[in-house]
Amino acid sequence: MGFIWFWLVAVMIVAYVVLDGFDIGVGILHPFIARTDEEKQLAIRSIGPVWDGNEVWLLAGGGTLYFAFPLLYASAFSGFYLALMIVLWLLIMRALGIELRMHMQVAVWRTFFDGLFFISSALLAIFYGAALANVIRGVPLGDDGYFFLPLWTNWSLGPEPGILDWYTVIGGVLALVALALHGSLYLTVKTEAALQSRSRSASIYLWFALFVVTILSLPATLAARPDGLDNYRAFPLLFAVPIIIFAALAGIFYFTRKRAERKAFTCSCVYLTMMLVGAAVALYPRLLPSSNDPGRDITIAKALSGPHTLHVGLIWWTLGMCLAAMYFVVIYRMFRGKVSLAGSGYEH
Amino acid sequence: MTALILHRIHFGFTITFHYLFPQLTMGLALLIVVLKTIALRKRDERYNQAARFWMRIFAINFLLGVVTGIPMEFQFGTNWSQFARVTGGVIGQPLAMEGVFSFFLESTFLGLFLFGEKRLSPLAHWASAFLVFVGSWISGFFIIVTNAWMQHPVAYRVLPNGAYEVTSFWGLLTNPWALIQYAHNMSGAVITGSFVMSAVGAFYVLENRFSDAGRIFLRVGVIAGLISCTTQIFPTGDIHGRYMAKHQPATVAGMEGLFHTQRGAGIVLMGQPDEEKQTIDNPLIVNNVLSFLIYGTTKAEVQGLDQVPRDQWPEPLPLLYYSYHIMAGLGTYFVLLMAISAFMLWRNQLFTTRWVLWPLMLSFPLPYIANTAGWMTAEIGRQPWVVYGLIRTSDGYSKYVSAANGLFTLLGFMGMYSVLSILFIVLVYQIIAKGPQLGASAPVSEPLTVA
Repeated sequence: MGFIWFWLVAVMIVAYVVLDGFDIGVGILHPFIARTDEEKQLAIRSIGPVWDGNEVWLLAGGGTLYFAFPLLYASAFSGFYLALMIVLWLLIMRALGIELRMHMQVAVWRTFFDGLFFISSALLAIFYGAALANVIRGVPLGDDGYFFLPLWTNWSLGPEPGILDWYTVIGGVLALVALALHGSLYLTVKTEAALQSRSRSASIYLWFALFVVTILSLPATLAARPDGLDNYRAFPLLFAVPIIIFAALAGIFYFTRKRAERKAFTCSCVYLTMMLVGAAVALYPRLLPSSNDPGRDITIAKALSGPHTLHVGLIWWTLGMCLAAMYFVVIYRMFRGKVSLAGSGYEH
Repeated sequence: MTALILHRIHFGFTITFHYLFPQLTMGLALLIVVLKTIALRKRDERYNQAARFWMRIFAINFLLGVVTGIPMEFQFGTNWSQFARVTGGVIGQPLAMEGVFSFFLESTFLGLFLFGEKRLSPLAHWASAFLVFVGSWISGFFIIVTNAWMQHPVAYRVLPNGAYEVTSFWGLLTNPWALIQYAHNMSGAVITGSFVMSAVGAFYVLENRFSDAGRIFLRVGVIAGLISCTTQIFPTGDIHGRYMAKHQPATVAGMEGLFHTQRGAGIVLMGQPDEEKQTIDNPLIVNNVLSFLIYGTTKAEVQGLDQVPRDQWPEPLPLLYYSYHIMAGLGTYFVLLMAISAFMLWRNQLFTTRWVLWPLMLSFPLPYIANTAGWMTAEIGRQPWVVYGLIRTSDGYSKYVSAANGLFTLLGFMGMYSVLSILFIVLVYQIIAKGPQLGASAPVSEPLTVA
């Protein structure tokens, strides 16, 4: 049961990162590649009908974490208190940036909301990357399974880490670049003409940056978590994960050059998925490792809910996910193809 | 300030602000379905225009509900981690189900509803409005199930590690407390929706601008208002009160300011509770009524706070007392106002009777106050327990999140929510000032009417 729920939660996190990832990416990129007001509108309209649904994966994932692994939810959310609250504020600002822009017909306000959308998206990417890096590095768990981390201390991986140190900053930068690339590939799929060609050239630059940071992140991760390869050594088949990661990276470059934007975007989805899967494999069966004493690691067994809860949960979760998948098919089909400003039917 | 108080204020402030939006979302979702249904059945384009107008307000209101709701899902862990750790196996379930069954549904069909009118057939567009309504009401149900378990824990057992687990999933979902509270709460949401709709209608009729649309808003708002205001008191409020008297006697005693157990207890209409002297100052009391309301007979004995150990009194007691009295007082006023308005509507005089239109226009903030006061009654009444009778609130908060860190984020939320309030008011006022458009869509070049 623990194994199943570990991977179900992982699936929800992957869905969140892949789907909301391109919303964040569009947010990071749009000030640079959308020049006119129409282009900015187009960029935002490309995610307009879907971003809210994408963000629901975060909520549904958080709720699932709460009932399947209450100890992890309680410990991690109170321990990363400050960072989490900042993320919540950023999510609020991003939503305002996306949605309120079209309600304001004054240029100054539009610029303000564009700025809000950009800053909150960029910081969200950095915080998400840093959060994942924190989980990989581990936190100073107490005997009772709790901890509290300040935002930063001395920026090093010592016994008194902060939420931000050199390793987690690398994680943040990696997420920033990866999601920006993800967003640029999405925009290449959804737009035409000048906006599309600017998105495409942004993809190429970002690809080189991502390639460098991905390679850099591997030794850094092993420095932060020396036992990170144990699971891989035990099951060498798992080395397929890093191989797929690099294959997907190569695919992004190849298909972008070939102007096969859908395939390039798919490769980016595979890349993000496999990066997360790779981290999950390295951690399993730990949910939140301790940075000072492996005996205090929060493991699946320690954090798991009662058996009846999980059995019933499996039934409604499966049902709910089938419904959710159906809704996503409906909405993405309805708004498939290139975005245009004509025929929006709402407000304008 | 102690960490406990700060964490209570933190959750209390963010949830109070949050609930200003979902109550209108849930109420308006129903009324928009009503408008769309009339438009479809009568093939009357005016009702479609009315629905389109409310859709714009709905969109902004929904957005504010979403952005202020996300922090709620996380605050169980951030600020109430000791509570979250032991209750995840029970209330984590409805909270996760809300995300899985309601939010996906709502977000998808809201997208279709807002952006898809030209791509969908009228029936399909009606269906997307209906599904948004269903989604928002399911969402309300799961939240009530969560809260009802904290008010009246059922169907649970304690695991060896001290955590609680559901023993019957069905039992959790059909907790009698949840069903009663849900009916009472949803009726309250419809009250907010119908007062807001009536207020805008009255504004247009009094202004003599868009008065055709104003009359539609008034008709739908007043009829829905009369129904929901009545059901709010009877049967939902009545049953809720009796059930509470049975299972949370200390809460009812605190709400009513009943310090001493009494046969033929009276109801306090006004007065200020004095906790030290255990009396009501400046009392205005109607004898025997409380006994009658709870037990159906004027002679029945009602348990007072003297039968409750002092360390189990709801606290802060005066705030509980005032919240309940504000809620009940406003509820009575709502029935009165809506009954008069409905009578005038029936006699075809509402649209010209200024002394009714004015209070209808001005009363829209009151349901927000009444709904908030009702929730404060429930939540303060539950104290000093976070799960009634099982876990004390003082054992539930995050002990490693210091008071200073709690205050830091509380101030952050206060600042952020002040900005949100201003934006919300400006945007909604802009929509109301612009008014429902007669054509299919608004001309883009129309100048702004924001003051």
